[in-house]
Amino acid sequence: MELLMAIVIGILFMCATYLMLSKSILRIIIGTGLLSHGAHLLILTMGGLKGGSVPLLSNKAASYVDPLPQALILTAIVISFGVTSFLLVLAYRTYQELGTDDMEEMRGTKANE
Amino acid sequence: MSLLHWAVLSPFLLAFIIPILYKLFRQIHTGWFVMILPIVLFTYFSRFIPLTKQGEVITERAAWIPSLGIHVDFYVDGLGLLFALLITGIGSLVVLYSVFYLSKEKERLNQFYVFLLLFMGAMLGVVLSDNLIVLYSFWEFTSLSSFLLIGYWNERERSRYGAQKSLLITVLGGLSLLGGIILLSIMGNTFSIRELILQSGELMDHPLFTPALLLVLLGAFTKSAQFPFHIWLPDAMEAPTPVSAYLHSATMVKAGIYLVARLSPVFAESGLWFWLVSIAGLITLFWGSFSAIKQTDLKGILAFSTISQLGLIMSLLGLGAAALHHESLGENIYLAATVAAVFHLINHATFKGSLFMVAGIIDHETGTRDIRRLGGLMQLMPITFTVALIGAFSMAGLPPFNGFLSKEMFLASMVNVLELDIFNMETWGVLFPVLAWVASVFTFIYSMIVVLKPFTGKLQLQLLEKKPHEAPIGMLISPIILASLVIVFGIFPNLLSSRIIKPAVAGIQPSLVGPDFQVHIAFWHGFQPEVWMTVGIIAFGILLYKTLQKWQKITQWIPERISLNALYDNGVRGLEHSASSVMKVLMTGSIRTYLLSIFLFFILSLGFTLYWKDAFKFDTGNFAPIGFYEIVLAAIIVIGSIAILFAKSRLTSIIILGAVGYTISLFFVLLRAPDLALTQLVIETISVSLFLLCFFHLPLMASRREERMTFRLNNALISIGVGVIVTLIALSAHSNKLFDSISNYYLENAYKEAGGKNVVNVILVDFRGLDTMFEISVLSIAALGIFAMIKLRATGGKDKP
Repeated sequence: MELLMAIVIGILFMCATYLMLSKSILRIIIGTGLLSHGAHLLILTMGGLKGGSVPLLSNKAASYVDPLPQALILTAIVISFGVTSFLLVLAYRTYQELGTDDMEEMRGTKANE
Repeated sequence: MSLLHWAVLSPFLLAFIIPILYKLFRQIHTGWFVMILPIVLFTYFSRFIPLTKQGEVITERAAWIPSLGIHVDFYVDGLGLLFALLITGIGSLVVLYSVFYLSKEKERLNQFYVFLLLFMGAMLGVVLSDNLIVLYSFWEFTSLSSFLLIGYWNERERSRYGAQKSLLITVLGGLSLLGGIILLSIMGNTFSIRELILQSGELMDHPLFTPALLLVLLGAFTKSAQFPFHIWLPDAMEAPTPVSAYLHSATMVKAGIYLVARLSPVFAESGLWFWLVSIAGLITLFWGSFSAIKQTDLKGILAFSTISQLGLIMSLLGLGAAALHHESLGENIYLAATVAAVFHLINHATFKGSLFMVAGIIDHETGTRDIRRLGGLMQLMPITFTVALIGAFSMAGLPPFNGFLSKEMFLASMVNVLELDIFNMETWGVLFPVLAWVASVFTFIYSMIVVLKPFTGKLQLQLLEKKPHEAPIGMLISPIILASLVIVFGIFPNLLSSRIIKPAVAGIQPSLVGPDFQVHIAFWHGFQPEVWMTVGIIAFGILLYKTLQKWQKITQWIPERISLNALYDNGVRGLEHSASSVMKVLMTGSIRTYLLSIFLFFILSLGFTLYWKDAFKFDTGNFAPIGFYEIVLAAIIVIGSIAILFAKSRLTSIIILGAVGYTISLFFVLLRAPDLALTQLVIETISVSLFLLCFFHLPLMASRREERMTFRLNNALISIGVGVIVTLIALSAHSNKLFDSISNYYLENAYKEAGGKNVVNVILVDFRGLDTMFEISVLSIAALGIFAMIKLRATGGKDKP
């Protein structure tokens, strides 16, 4: 299971990186979305999978899975949502103002100085 | 916190109040409020004179960073007190002078006095601190306030240039001083100067002794404008004249001298110290006096003369170190050099202070400081002329002024060098009196230029911007007081000797100054060599001054482009140039380049660490079993994320991203994380709607020709690299268990401590509640940012509500 997960995570990261290196701003944002999915699964896998029952104490199970990665991921999901929505609106406004979604055209070094 | 601490801090505190007073009482010149403080402090510090005269020291401690052994220890001994009196005494006179010099209508007085007070407090801190780290902090503060004051008229290009130059050079020295301090603390295991002095014998043999000595001296030499670091001081003359008189003549530039004097007991036994301090001083003395002659700006002459006089004091301190090697002598002739250094320090503050103020008056009354345009002011400004005459004659070393006495003592010390038989002085010693004598001739000449050029000769009214007349009485008070001190100290030097000079010398040479040591300065000591040297200086000086026109060209024999200033300018330009070219290479403005370098660094650093630490581990032992559903879900995620890469339209990629997100929430269900699954479900729904809202409903966007991603090999290689590294790390992280998980604590205590059965929730809202609070703050910041982006529109400089 962990091996499978590790490969899935690796593929998620790979696709995310490839998307982020593209020129289109939308692809970059989709890339960050995939990257955060990969990171969440990575944290979960590091803690060990299926080591016990759901961490609800009312179940009275003999052992529970590690609750700490889950708490971390919960925070991370919300934060990544904040980042994604910020980026989206940024991209939307950038497009409205500059009329392009191509990162290379937005370069601020020479033309737009 | 004792009264002493408050005394040092009081200028800083007043600096906070001054802007308020400035706003409230615009009719009253802000300088009047400021002037009270240095007068009060001067009175306060004078009360210590009887104590230090008895050889007592006053120490007060306030803890600052006790865990590092850093305490704000203030320490009043003869040396520190002398400087404190100079700072507050000259400070009072300078503030009084500035009230008449700076117009309350035209100048930003609040800024000026805040900077001046910052300086005063910092300088007091430098001379009274026992802890070297505290001393260093105040030291940098003086550099900073000097920078601000030089750049006070910041609309002038030369002011900004001078301010930057002084900051670069003095802060370079400051950093080197910090290095020296750290080396000292490593050697002596303390930051306290007094404790270091106690261990000075052992420090000598430490391998770090020489580096520490060099670093400390670099700090002192840059601050006190010693050759070749003197180049900042002439440019610092762009500051308002009260500042030049105060910082760049009487006090701040003497901080380096103070440091050399203060650390003499630690370092002075070393031959290297003797050589460096005395030779640097002598070269500066000579070069400063030589360069002063070619200046045409009155303040320029005074700046180079200050450099030269600082060199004189420095060389005397260097010679004083020779006294440590002659304990056997009945009357230690080299101790006289230290006495002369302290005496000349006081004298220089008086005569140079008055001369600077005279230069300011001339500038104020005529609108120029160029000696080629000035002349014949004697009839129009008789009082100013008298003050200038006293100051200049004292500087030239003429009787009966105080400069004569200390100059004689200086020459006597230089002659005594001939009897020195250590540090190879038998061969090189003869250079000392020769250099000193030649420099003194130049000193005589520029002193005459300062007083005679503007005041005698022909008055050329057509060259002046306004018709000059005598300065207002308020402006004359300070220079008159200083000029009277020049005469008083000249005629009654022994007013100072036991009260001020002896305790200060005791601070510099504690091992040599016993209770029976007496300082007595005699006006006349027979036909000694120094008297003949003075006679020679006057004779040659007059001769050369009369023939100045004929030989002045020689002073310009160094072309401007190979001078030290050119070296500095090229250095700064080169630095700016190379910095901007490095920036151009790194900051291309292309996000792809930035991300490429980030990912490349990620792959290399993590890959290298995995390999180097042999951290990769693959342990199948505790792997969980794989179920059918999991394989299906994993396949969906893999196919989905690869499909995004080949998606034709934006809409398709957004929908696939949503599909991957929902699959992951199913994964969370299988991996026993119901909270995550729920959250992911909600968040994914909102995200996808937001994506669609932003991009699908933009008609422009939709009509734009969409294209598939073009394949790029570089990107593909980097992406594969990232994927592989992450996979390896995921496996190794699972297989390596370096320590027990802390999760059991939460499982055991979730109900006991927090009364919740859902452990994940308890961690979030209770154990790690603060994290969650900050998470909410991040969301609020993002929300504010989004709101601002949508609501606010750039309106070409004008803000529209």
